[in-house]
Amino acid sequence: MLTVEGLVKRFGGFTAVNNVSFRVEQGEILGLIGPNGSGKSTIFNMLSGTLTPTAGSILFDGAEIAGKAPHRIINSGIGRTFQIPRPFHRLTIFENVALAGYYGQGRHSRSKADEAAERALRMVGLPTDRHASVDGLGAAGLKKLELAKALATGPKLLLADESLGGLDEHEMDQAADMLRKIRDELGITIIWVEHIMGVLMRVVDRVMVLDHGEKISEGLPSVVASDPRVIEVYLGTDADSSQAAAAEARRRAGV
Amino acid sequence: MNFRHAAWGIGLAALIALPFVYRDPYHLHILVLILIWSFAYTAWSIMGRFGLVSLGHGGFMGVGAYVTALLWNHLDVSPWIGIPVSMVAAGILALVVAYPCFRFRITGHYFVLVTLALSGIVLQVITATRDYTGGSLGYTPNRARSGSGLMALQFDDKTTWYLIALAVWVLGLLMWRWVDRSMSRYAMEAISEDEDAAAAAGVNVTAEKLKITLISALMTALAGALYCQYQMFISPDTVSGIAVSLQMVFAAIVGGLYVSLGPTVGAIITILLAEVLRIGFGTKAVGWDNLVYGLLLVIFIIFLPKGILGSVLDRLKTQPKPSGTK
Repeated sequence: MLTVEGLVKRFGGFTAVNNVSFRVEQGEILGLIGPNGSGKSTIFNMLSGTLTPTAGSILFDGAEIAGKAPHRIINSGIGRTFQIPRPFHRLTIFENVALAGYYGQGRHSRSKADEAAERALRMVGLPTDRHASVDGLGAAGLKKLELAKALATGPKLLLADESLGGLDEHEMDQAADMLRKIRDELGITIIWVEHIMGVLMRVVDRVMVLDHGEKISEGLPSVVASDPRVIEVYLGTDADSSQAAAAEARRRAGV
Repeated sequence: MNFRHAAWGIGLAALIALPFVYRDPYHLHILVLILIWSFAYTAWSIMGRFGLVSLGHGGFMGVGAYVTALLWNHLDVSPWIGIPVSMVAAGILALVVAYPCFRFRITGHYFVLVTLALSGIVLQVITATRDYTGGSLGYTPNRARSGSGLMALQFDDKTTWYLIALAVWVLGLLMWRWVDRSMSRYAMEAISEDEDAAAAAGVNVTAEKLKITLISALMTALAGALYCQYQMFISPDTVSGIAVSLQMVFAAIVGGLYVSLGPTVGAIITILLAEVLRIGFGTKAVGWDNLVYGLLLVIFIIFLPKGILGSVLDRLKTQPKPSGTK
């Protein structure tokens, strides 16, 4: 459903993303991992229209979307979350999600937007109470809200920029299960960005590893987790800790 | 809720009945001014409440007043046509200035500066074309030949003007309420906090901002045209320029930006203040009102950012009441 060819993004002389190509098939969860600064978020920002690619093409359902305005891309069926939750504090929780339900689905009607908001809030497990304030939410709640906003836009493809840092292990597992549930119950295809490898490996169907803006590995989680290049660049060259981390990643991936 | 509707109904009925039982021309004159300026301030606050602080509204008001008057004097175009034309002119001006700002993300202080320039430019154009506009000496629409007062939208009767101003003021409040209850308010609140996140929710940020700016500019031009028709004299100082723009900002903030009647409270304060200074000190106090505005503006932004009415209403809410009433 998504075909990315030769995607490049340069900021001045710095190449953030260098010639990356990949495909995402209908109904799968693709994990996108890599150390900080490896170009994951830049790719997301190009897919969602926040950044215009320097070169390359992005075909979504057969239509070129590279360089289109963000609201057009959202309306064509791509939803996104931000790494750091960006709620609107002047709106209630419900209004935050209803806004996405209204503008993200071609501004049909208010009642449809409200329905979409209720469904999305129930899906992520937030109260559908109309008057609850955003300021009452903790880190995990804000992540749920971020997800509910993206779901309310009615996406076929969800770009989940989930930095699970800041959550405890239990909350991380919950968040991972949530993404799987969204795929299973709503049939939404997902690209999941994360830099904590373990929890991601457990849920994704396929994983793609970036380093310094280039794709260095792609495949099944079990294969990628034991790819020496991945272990080297992603987990560092410090032998002991990287071995331990790789073992942990394999364990969580169920290998 | 019913109590609220009843209060509005009774208040409005009282305001309509007022000129038929109380006919003091000076007081009616002050009321007409308050109503017209309230409408202008409401127009400003429709976009100002979302952080789109414009110092260019003096420009829109000037276009509304001068285009209407020039069309009447030079081309014999009735204000009934001239006012819509002047509103369209102000709307085009607003789009020409605002589109590049919004497209290239000129926000915050930079947006204020661009709109400030707009006020200055309109003022300069009026002064520079003094052969047509009378320049800084001001301009007077020609008196209608007898019997054609309605066509010329010129009335000597204060009561008529009071009712016109009242109708327009109510229209302003209805516009405010319409925006307040529409999805556009959600979108604009979101945009004022975080444009990227708003776009990620599917909002066409540029289009939403243009829409609200256009509504605000059209209303402001209407206020300018009405002021011209009522006063039968306009000058760059009274309907255009930076001083008028600043006065709008001041009144809206002092009265309360986030409540529908806030700008009206602001208008009552600014106009009474100007009148007190004028009567009390005469020509010695020319410009004093601006000094007081400036001082009060600073004090309000620091201590009462919600304005007088906004703060009072906050106090009155003894129990936390949900904001989005349905």
